[in-house]
Amino acid sequence: MFFRSQKEDTQKVDDTSGIKTTIKETAIALLRLSATSLPHDVQQSMQEIKQEVLNHEGALLQISNILDDVELARETSAPMCQDTGIVSFILSVGDQFPLKSELKEILREATGEATKLVPLRPNTVDFFEGNPGNNIDPRGHIPYFYLDLVSGDKLKITAMTKGGGSSNIAKLGMLKPGLGLKGAMQFVIDALAEAGPAGCPPYRIGVGIGGGEDICMNLAKKALLRPLGERHADERVANLENSLMEACNVLPIGPMGVGAGQTVMDVNINLASRHPASLPVGVVFSCWALRHASAIISPDSSVEFVDY
Amino acid sequence: MAIYHLQLPLSEEDVKKLQIGDNIYVTGKIVTARDDAHKHALDLHAKGETLPVNFGELGIFHCGPIMQKDETGKWNMVAGGPTTSNRMEIFQDIFIETFGSRLIIGKGGMGPRTTVACEKFGAVYGMFTGGAALLAAKGVKEVLEVHWYDLLGMPECLWVLQVEEFGPLMIGIDAHGNNFFEENRKKTMESKKDAYAIIDKTLEAMH
Repeated sequence: MFFRSQKEDTQKVDDTSGIKTTIKETAIALLRLSATSLPHDVQQSMQEIKQEVLNHEGALLQISNILDDVELARETSAPMCQDTGIVSFILSVGDQFPLKSELKEILREATGEATKLVPLRPNTVDFFEGNPGNNIDPRGHIPYFYLDLVSGDKLKITAMTKGGGSSNIAKLGMLKPGLGLKGAMQFVIDALAEAGPAGCPPYRIGVGIGGGEDICMNLAKKALLRPLGERHADERVANLENSLMEACNVLPIGPMGVGAGQTVMDVNINLASRHPASLPVGVVFSCWALRHASAIISPDSSVEFVDY
Repeated sequence: MAIYHLQLPLSEEDVKKLQIGDNIYVTGKIVTARDDAHKHALDLHAKGETLPVNFGELGIFHCGPIMQKDETGKWNMVAGGPTTSNRMEIFQDIFIETFGSRLIIGKGGMGPRTTVACEKFGAVYGMFTGGAALLAAKGVKEVLEVHWYDLLGMPECLWVLQVEEFGPLMIGIDAHGNNFFEENRKKTMESKKDAYAIIDKTLEAMH
């Protein structure tokens, strides 16, 4: 019995080393996909925006450059934008998936390797340690992990390479609850007007309302990952999304701020309950290069890439 | 809107004929410089130290590129679109005055201080499409020099680049005191009330 049990242990070690390699290689592949291949729904949206500005030379130049750049990136498998962001991973970990806490270290390693292989721009700057050149925070916070525990035996990984320019224009509002939904919606419009073209429009805007100061920002960021054009399951929230989208596009910003053409490709809202004394509103922007890629890994090391 | 193909460095005459909304393509030498590089250059100059490049002779590109060394050890640009220029607003005017740069390249526009400096010292601001990093890299024919790499790191250091038909750069600030982005910002702020009205209508209908 003892011997058999030992043998099983050895077998188990080999099993995890196989899946560890799969996870690492998949994560590297996802970082490459994210940085070099714009999701098709976003590209399609840029095409539609282009059709509307055929008569405006300035806007047409900008949107054509964007589309040419996207094509070049896909053809050459090179990053479409030099700013490949602060790397983050959104993980849905199944109850029966064989690895849990070790995932973080594997994904850190993948980030370091992808930085050389893709390549990604080394973006982690520490005030005291400088830039280590590998996109890994020496203090352990980056790559950043958003974790969710789910049923089943699979692991879903989404890699996000979101640029810093559009992160700089994010806004958090801790509004007075008396301002209501109207105040929350106006806060989004104000944030966009304030941002102008600084974060590379056409933007996608994620809005988180409720929860708390960090929760609303988190909800806002995750709203960026919904399929483009998808509306909230609650019809009332969906209504607000449509209205906000229409309102945002009244502002004459346009692609790269040329003053004509569509400014916002989509607006998505995530709503949570709030504290009676608080009305937190988070507004997160993505530049036109809305970059993310996902895959689902099974315990037998099979990998299914999600097509966007 | 006019389109021009110009050689770098720009002459005073070149700069004077450009107007906001025009698009230009440039050929010659440019140098990447963002927050830390601007700060470091001005600090060194204040101390009377010699700088590794003559910023007055080069187009100044707000850019933190991805660069890669080939087998022979030569640097190549992988991707190099512009970064948000407004961060450099805090010292761009002093930079233009100190070094005499005539062309600033970036994205997102710059503010009133840069506008004043462009008019006073004969410079323009040109916007390259933000994020279009591979188009930018296509216009870079050679990486000529790199300075301050160990000090500032890949995105922040100075990369001197030979560019050909680099553009289009939309003139956002001309040398006559006009600022396209500031003007558009005013229009944007004025139109907020129309955006609010759409929301009001929706909320009313929901009640």
